[in-house]
Amino acid sequence: MGPTIIRNGRIIDPANKRDEIGDLVIANGRIADQSAVHNPKSEIAEINAKGLIVVPGLIDMHVHLREPGFAHKETIASGARAAAAGGFTTVVCMPNTSPIADNPSTITWIKDRARDTASVNVLPTGAISKNLEGDELAPIASIVQSGVVAITDDGKCVQNHELMRRAVEYARMVGVPVLDHCQDYNLVGNGVVNEGEWSTLLGLSGWPAAGEEVVVMRNILLAELCDHHIHCQHISTAGSVRLIREARARGVKISGEVCPHHIALTDASIQNFDTNCKMNPPLRTQRDIDAIIEGIADGTLTIFCSDHAPHAAFEKEVEFDQAPFGIVGLETELGLFIDILLHKRKAISINRLIEMFTVEPAKLLKLDAGALSIGAKADVTLIDPDREWTVDASKFESLSRNTPFHSWKLKGRAVRTIVGGETVWAL
Amino acid sequence: MNTRWNRKDLLGLRELSAAEINFVLETADAFKQVGTREIKKVPALRGKTLVNFFIEPSTRTRTSFELAAFRLSADVINITATASSLSKGETLKDTAKILEANHVDIIVLRHSSAGAPQFLAERLRSSVINAGDGAHEHPTQGLLDTYTIREKKKRFEGLHVAIIGDILFSRVARSNIFALTKLGARVTLVGPSTLVPRDFEKLGVNISYDIDKVLPTVDVVNLLRIQHERQRKEYFPGVGEYIRLFGLTKERAKLLKPDCLIMHPGPINRGIEIDSEVADGNQSVILDQVTNGLAVRMAVLYLCGGIAT
Repeated sequence: MGPTIIRNGRIIDPANKRDEIGDLVIANGRIADQSAVHNPKSEIAEINAKGLIVVPGLIDMHVHLREPGFAHKETIASGARAAAAGGFTTVVCMPNTSPIADNPSTITWIKDRARDTASVNVLPTGAISKNLEGDELAPIASIVQSGVVAITDDGKCVQNHELMRRAVEYARMVGVPVLDHCQDYNLVGNGVVNEGEWSTLLGLSGWPAAGEEVVVMRNILLAELCDHHIHCQHISTAGSVRLIREARARGVKISGEVCPHHIALTDASIQNFDTNCKMNPPLRTQRDIDAIIEGIADGTLTIFCSDHAPHAAFEKEVEFDQAPFGIVGLETELGLFIDILLHKRKAISINRLIEMFTVEPAKLLKLDAGALSIGAKADVTLIDPDREWTVDASKFESLSRNTPFHSWKLKGRAVRTIVGGETVWAL
Repeated sequence: MNTRWNRKDLLGLRELSAAEINFVLETADAFKQVGTREIKKVPALRGKTLVNFFIEPSTRTRTSFELAAFRLSADVINITATASSLSKGETLKDTAKILEANHVDIIVLRHSSAGAPQFLAERLRSSVINAGDGAHEHPTQGLLDTYTIREKKKRFEGLHVAIIGDILFSRVARSNIFALTKLGARVTLVGPSTLVPRDFEKLGVNISYDIDKVLPTVDVVNLLRIQHERQRKEYFPGVGEYIRLFGLTKERAKLLKPDCLIMHPGPINRGIEIDSEVADGNQSVILDQVTNGLAVRMAVLYLCGGIAT
């Protein structure tokens, strides 16, 4: 196949401090310089990117692809299609599959499956503890050798601080960051929604902000003690933002990520017991939303993710307290972040937004991705930041439809996703 | 078509207006009178089918709804958790659809999950009456408590009502709060701080942890059952300390105004939230609540059953 030239787009490549209107050349699946199109051996394919933004392929480092074990919710193939439709060229999948990815053979299976069926790069994570039970360390070094980019018990949280300390120390030796779903089991109990006005009004068990913050604080202390990076997943509270800000100012190796639903919706959304507004951690208050956006703007929170959590309709269409936590997010994530952060709140520049989708996760996970350098693998996303569209869950590439954003009108979305030089999805 | 009532379901009192609540109470007046006749049955719901669908144990509420339905000439069946397919793994949605396929007109639902009645109401043409959903609402209890206060006090404006005990886990407290504040009464919640969190202030009520200060100022005390068997041990140190701080003992009852009403939704823990003598004393209207419950439930079934098609 001959070279491809993406013409007249605004190329934003934060890793190379590039922001200009120009052409991007792809040859042999890699980013190339202009010489590749001067004397082509075969026909040049052209993509008109006028009015579009051309950026390194986006990375979502927090998704649940449900395979192996729950293929009725999602498969690696369908999850990858959803990622492509959302503008993502790389996704990082969580280990709470069945069997759980706490051993090299399951991780090898996921990698093989991804190689054979996925249209985007799928990078697995491994468990911190055996069976995600928080009692014993998983074979972390063997897991890392089998090819994971991080360890996490996501969905669960190691409660034993001593075990967590040893996991972080061990992870430092093998060179992977530790990702943590921050939830204190005693404080949270059987909480299903944010503890506050709405939990009180509706008689639903409260999930207090302190249930997250106590573990964020624990992680800050352990990151200092072990001198190793802990990344706090899906930050949802104002207190967590404050703790992370203070710790980062002191140079602690701590970071945090944001899901779109935690800045798009408040806990008032649960008032009709809509289980598509039930996620873990739960939707919080306007005060928390404002603090998270402030944390994004001042660099406290550095990474965007979806926490894409597909569930079948029959699983979600039950009593509120019995429904599983989580929503699909890959296909609405970019649109929500652009719409809220760029258009509505004007909180950050598009350059910073792209950086948080590319350079930041690539740096944390030490990925060879997130830049449009000459010779880099040609993972590229084309974005129309002003395109207005309406979310239609029935058109999702994901196998699941559990979203609270159906029929939302958003401004901004990906229009083409290129992996290794090949267009894997286009609007 | 009734211009003062157009709901096929009664899910909670939060969504009702003061006018709607008053209309239910007025309708209950007529049905209360029916209960004093020798022939206690009226043909209002003749030919209609009602299912008492109780996924959580209950005797008094279920019996009250069953009697109310009989007196309205409806045909009644009872389904309880153990007898239902739910224990075989069928979802609430499927069970409900099967009831509807059998042309059931009214479903009275008691469920441990908040929001379960709304879940059914959104999916069924049948009327759905909430007979208690988790810690959310128990609207007919709120209505019968309100009815009893109205019957004895003839007004709500200027009345001060104390609701005492486990507010956090109480659907009765929530329904009472919504109804009483809409009707103009002042409500004070009393109980341990762990069971009366400050978030309740956002519902327009006062909170006090000092029962002795509150008792002389109120026109009604509504005591809630302390669900000591269900509570996690962190909420309060024990029954002994609870009684010392919040129990309506004989001595404390002397602090009450002579015309203060003593209410309790039952079942009573005698000697815990209320002393036995106080529960049976002349200020107690606990049995009036039971009688009024029947009239109120007849009114609710009649009104909602008349809307459903």
